[in-house]
Amino acid sequence: MSIPHLLVHSPKDICGVVVVEDLKAGTDMLGVITENDTTFHLKAKMDIPIGHKVALKDLKAGDTVWKYGEDVGKAIADVAAGEHLHVHNMKTKRW
Amino acid sequence: MEMNSLQVNSDKTIIAARAQTQAALKSGDYGKLAVSGWRRENKRVGVRNHVVILPLDDLSNSASEAVANNVKGTLALPHAYGRLQFGADLDLFFRTLIGIGSNPNVAACVVIGIEEGWTKRVVDGIAKTGKPVTGFGIEGHGDIATIARASYVAKEYLHWASELRREECAMSELWVSTKCGESDTTTGLSSCPTVGNMYDKLIPLGIYGVFGETSEITGAEHLAKERAASPEIADKWYKMWKAYQDDVIEAHKTDDLSDSQPTKGNIAGGLTTIEEKALGNLEKIGRKSKFIDALEPAEAPAKGPGLYYMDTSSAAAECVTLMAAGGYVVHTFPTGQGNVIGNPIVPVIKITGNPKTMRTMAEHIDVDVTGILRRDQTLETAGDALIGMIQRTANGRLTAAEALGHREFVITKLYRSA
Repeated sequence: MSIPHLLVHSPKDICGVVVVEDLKAGTDMLGVITENDTTFHLKAKMDIPIGHKVALKDLKAGDTVWKYGEDVGKAIADVAAGEHLHVHNMKTKRW
Repeated sequence: MEMNSLQVNSDKTIIAARAQTQAALKSGDYGKLAVSGWRRENKRVGVRNHVVILPLDDLSNSASEAVANNVKGTLALPHAYGRLQFGADLDLFFRTLIGIGSNPNVAACVVIGIEEGWTKRVVDGIAKTGKPVTGFGIEGHGDIATIARASYVAKEYLHWASELRREECAMSELWVSTKCGESDTTTGLSSCPTVGNMYDKLIPLGIYGVFGETSEITGAEHLAKERAASPEIADKWYKMWKAYQDDVIEAHKTDDLSDSQPTKGNIAGGLTTIEEKALGNLEKIGRKSKFIDALEPAEAPAKGPGLYYMDTSSAAAECVTLMAAGGYVVHTFPTGQGNVIGNPIVPVIKITGNPKTMRTMAEHIDVDVTGILRRDQTLETAGDALIGMIQRTANGRLTAAEALGHREFVITKLYRSA
């Protein structure tokens, strides 16, 4: 298998993690869901640093973000699939 | 290993030593793995053989460092506290110092304090292990006479300890702790589950494990609670977590903690929320083990082999120091962005899966699991690589942190002194 650009923990997740350096906007990313080893493709809408998250589907502000199959926070702005998901558009529900 | 024309034998020797480990790992018979360590007077197995010069208090750092300078090969452990502490904070302080002196990685210990009362309390605590320990008070003698008296004893201890021989022990006799640092999204995908895989393989064989980082369980507390071995332990654990949440975080926070948890380094590495960080953190305990007790900070586990929880800060040096004081002899430390921590008496094995960290600061890393992200390394083989490194470290290989001189010894303080 080719080296993936994106890893996703669980099929329930709505985000994945970029695992290559210098990912550029427009890249046709190969993604792998590690829990069941299934693959998918998604186009990166922006440059995204290694380790940072990508939305796998369109999110509305207030939507729950799922990762590890668990609730890890909420979107605080609308986010489109393929866009960078981080502190500018996502926040904890805890504090 | 890079070869050069002047290199003789080294690769051959190393390859031969590793072949045996590889065979045991390949067969999945982890019970056959042995290490050569020092069996102490109380039968615990140590993997280092330090003669420690332990200051009781901040005022005694200078004399302790002078003794360590006089007697080469001894190790002074300067720290910032030990005066006017009281209550639970004082109990923790004594538990930490006595625990560090009692750790099986310490062969013998000289304690120096400003006065003899509290010095004796630490000496008596360490003496329960049966190892050689002597205390000295500075008052009534001055630094110079104290340094001389303590140096003679330290030198005798060093001669004695340097003749102690390693002996073969089962790998299952090791106490192996874990805590991650400068985490990012790659730790949850690779280095933390590598530690989890190691625990899944070694805890059933009889090692003691421990995880902590109370504030970093927030967001995964429902999952952590489920991993307690009984409803009573789950309840004990939950009270610890809730107390940290209410008495420490809620009582003292001035903002929403967004600048501390996750840390700036975590955020640079792609972690956005504490829940996300906590879920990655919890990957370190694997899938199989239940924790059999929830320990106070620096408390020694007393319920036999298995996985334990210890109530600790998530700050790396504080947490590793507390686990060392609890009696753990090897530490496994997953990192994403490249935390460089070490400990003076416990070897800290660093594991990373982040290819950028591996490219930019490889000198700090002992186990490279970047293959997990490329999908050309499985968690199974990564766990085996870590087990192999634990064995080599126990046998004497110095970790990156030891080679680079990282000796962070940081005492956890609960509140201001009187």
